[in-house]
Amino acid sequence: MLQAFQQHRWPLVIVWVLIIAAIVAAPAVLPVFGLKLLGRFLSLSIVALGIDLIWGFTGLLSLGQGIFFALGGYAVAMYLQLNSSSEQPNGIPEFFSLYGVDQLPGFWQPFYSPWFTLIAIWLIPALLAALLGNLVFRNRIKGVYFSILTQAALLVFFNFFNGQQKLINGTNGLKTGVTKLFGEEVGSDLMQRGFFWLTALIVILAWLAVRWVVRGRFGEVLIAIRDDEPRLRFAGYNPTLFKTIVFAMAGGLAGIGGALYTVQSGIVSPQYMTVPYSIDMVIWVAVGGRGTLIGAILGALVINLVKFQFQSLWPEGWLFVLGGLFILVVTVLPEGVIGWLQAGGPRNLLTRLGVPRRIGTYPRLEIDGKEEAKS
Amino acid sequence: MQLLLESLFNGVAIGSVLLVAALGLAIVFGLMGVINLAHGELIMLGAYTTYVVQLIFKLPALQPVYNAYVLVAIPLAFIVSGVVGILLERTVIRRLYGNPLETLLATWGVSLILQQFVRSVPLAYAAGLVLALVLGFSLPIVLPGQLLDRPRARLVRAGSWLVSALAGVLLAGGLASQISRIARATSRNVDVTAPKWMRGGIELSGMIFPVPRLVIIVITILAVLGITWFLNRSVWGMRIRAVTQNRSMSDCLGISTDTVDVLTFGIGSGLAGIAGVAVSLLGSVGPNVGTSYIVGCFMVVVLGGVGNLFGTVLASFAIGVLTDLIGAGRLLSIWPSMPAPLASVVDFFATTSMAQVMVFALIVVFLQFRPAGLFPQRGRMVEA
Repeated sequence: MLQAFQQHRWPLVIVWVLIIAAIVAAPAVLPVFGLKLLGRFLSLSIVALGIDLIWGFTGLLSLGQGIFFALGGYAVAMYLQLNSSSEQPNGIPEFFSLYGVDQLPGFWQPFYSPWFTLIAIWLIPALLAALLGNLVFRNRIKGVYFSILTQAALLVFFNFFNGQQKLINGTNGLKTGVTKLFGEEVGSDLMQRGFFWLTALIVILAWLAVRWVVRGRFGEVLIAIRDDEPRLRFAGYNPTLFKTIVFAMAGGLAGIGGALYTVQSGIVSPQYMTVPYSIDMVIWVAVGGRGTLIGAILGALVINLVKFQFQSLWPEGWLFVLGGLFILVVTVLPEGVIGWLQAGGPRNLLTRLGVPRRIGTYPRLEIDGKEEAKS
Repeated sequence: MQLLLESLFNGVAIGSVLLVAALGLAIVFGLMGVINLAHGELIMLGAYTTYVVQLIFKLPALQPVYNAYVLVAIPLAFIVSGVVGILLERTVIRRLYGNPLETLLATWGVSLILQQFVRSVPLAYAAGLVLALVLGFSLPIVLPGQLLDRPRARLVRAGSWLVSALAGVLLAGGLASQISRIARATSRNVDVTAPKWMRGGIELSGMIFPVPRLVIIVITILAVLGITWFLNRSVWGMRIRAVTQNRSMSDCLGISTDTVDVLTFGIGSGLAGIAGVAVSLLGSVGPNVGTSYIVGCFMVVVLGGVGNLFGTVLASFAIGVLTDLIGAGRLLSIWPSMPAPLASVVDFFATTSMAQVMVFALIVVFLQFRPAGLFPQRGRMVEA
C-alpha cells in the first residue's frame, strides 16, 4: 500500500478507497430507488470493463456490445418468466397468449433449469462473440471495417428481437419485476438490496479477473496486437486466435452485466440493442481512460449518473453534452481522465500555468528526458 | 416475367437511394480511410433543406414556379450539406488523421449534436446560420485578390464575416416572419409534398412505375455520372485519385493534399445532401431520418470495397434487389411450387427488417471469400 503511494499511483488508491466506501455505505444511506440506480450503473461498468479489454488493450473498437448485453439480459429474463408462470394458462409466460401461441418455442425449454441459465448468461454471448469475431478476424478485417460490421450486426439483432413477437415478445421485451426468485418477488426491496451487493461483488471480481488477464503474457500479446499487428504475426503469433478469445471475453462480461442490469431495471427489451446505446458504452470507457481498468468502471458510473441528472433537469441538453463529450475526449483528452491523471497531467498543467516543478535528483532528465551535460 | 421485372425495378429503386447516400461515404472512405458517422445527419440536413425550400416556394411570390422547387432544392441541399461537411473536416476530422477509430467516435458526437440541433433550433434560424456560413467561407475566395493582400486584409476578412452574419440574420428573420411553420423549433416529423408532376405513376406495358422513384433513379444516375466525370476527367479529380492511391507520394509531387481533403469531404457531404432530397421524396423527414439509412450505406461500402466507384454501384443494387426479393416475399410468388420447409423459411424473412437480417448474413458469408469487398484497393502494403 505504502509502495503504491510512492509510485505515483495515488489516484488509483484514492479511487479504490472511494469505491469501496461507496459500496459499503450505499445500502445504508441510499433509498431503494437510488440503490437500484447505482446497482444498474455498476452492472454497466462490467460491460465497460469488457470494452476496455477489447478496445483499450487490443485496439478493437466494437460498436455492437449491446448484442451481448441484451442476450445476457434475455437469458435471465427468460428463466425468471418461466420460473414464475406455472399458474398461467398452459404453464407458459403470459404474453404468449396475446399472440395465440399455446406451446413454448423450443429454444425456451433449457431455460427451465437455473444452472443452465447461470451458464447461458455468459456463455451464449461469449460463444456468439467468438463466432462473429472469428468470421471477421480470420479474414484480417480490422479497424473501421470491424467497427461498422459490429454495428450492422447490432442492427440485425435489434431487428430480429424487435420483430419476433411470437418468439420473444418483440418490441415489448420481457418484464422481470413481478417474477419470482426463491419465492420472493424480484422487484421487492429485499431482492434489490441483494442484487446490489451481488453486482458490487461481481464488479470487483471482474476487475480482478480482467487485471489478471491484461498483466500476464496474454495481455502483452493483446497490447502487441493493438500496437503493431503485422509485426506480431511475423513473430509467429496468430492474432486471430487471441482476438477471438478476447472478443469472447468481452462478450461474456457484457452478458453478465446485461443480466444484472435486467434484474435491477425490471425489464429487458430490444431497446438495449439500439445503435446509440452501444456507442454510448464506448464513450464511458473513452472518458474514464482506455487502457486503465478503473477508468472504465468510473467512466460508466459517472457518465450514467450525469446522464440521469440531465434527463430530469434539462433533457434536451443531454445530446449536446454527450456529443460535445465525444468530440472533446478524442481531440483533447485521448487518454481519458484517469489516463491523464496517471500520465502526470495535473503536474504538467501546473507547470504550464507557471508553477515551478519540484526538482529531484536529475532535474533535466525529469523535465525533458535529457541528462545534463557534464561540465 | 412481369413479377421479375417489377421486383427488379423495386430493387433498383431501393438501391439507387442507397447508392446516392453511400457514394459520398465511399469516396471519403477511399481517400482518407475515415468513416463518417455523421453522414446520416448530412442526409437529414439535405432533407430538411428540401422542406424549407418547398415552404419558400409556397409563398405567394413564388407560387407560379412551385412545381420546380425540387430543381432548386438539389443544388441547395448539396451546398448546405457540403458546407457543414467542410466545417466538420476543418474543425474536427483533420486533427484526427491516422486515427480512424477516434474519427468514428468524434463524428458520432457531431451526429448527436446535429440531431439535437434540428430539434431545438427553429429551421428558419438554422437556414440563416447556414447562409452566414456559406457566405463567410466563400466571400474571401470570391473577393479580388488585391483586397486580401493589403495590410488591412484582416479588416476585410472581418468585414466579410460581418456582412455574411448580417445576411444570415436577415434571412432568418425574414423566414421566421413569413413562414410560421419554421419559426418555432419542433422535434416532430415533417412532410415534404411532392409537386404535381411527381405524383402518380407512369404505366408501361401493364406495370406502374411510381414517378418519385423514377425521379430518384434519374437523380442517382446523374450524380454517379457527374462524379465519374469529375474524378476521371477533371484536374482536381485526378489529384483526388492520386492522393487516394498514395498520399505521401502525391504530397511529394506537389499536390496540396490539404485542399484535396477539404474538396473531397465537401463533395462527399454534398452528395449526402442530394441523397437527402431523394429521401425526403420517399417519406416524412425527422431528426432520425439519417440513422435509418446509415447502416445500409456502411454495408454498401463494406461490400463494394474502396478501389472503384463501380463496386459501390454494384453493391448498392445488389443489396437493393436482395432486400426487395427477400423482404417482399417475392421469391414465393416467382417460384410458387417451392418445397414447404424452404417456403416457411422464406416466409419467416419476408419483412423489411428481417430481410436486413438475411442480407447481413449473406454479406458476412461473402466477406469470407472476398474480405476487402468486390473491388479491393490494390497495393503492396502489409496492412492491405
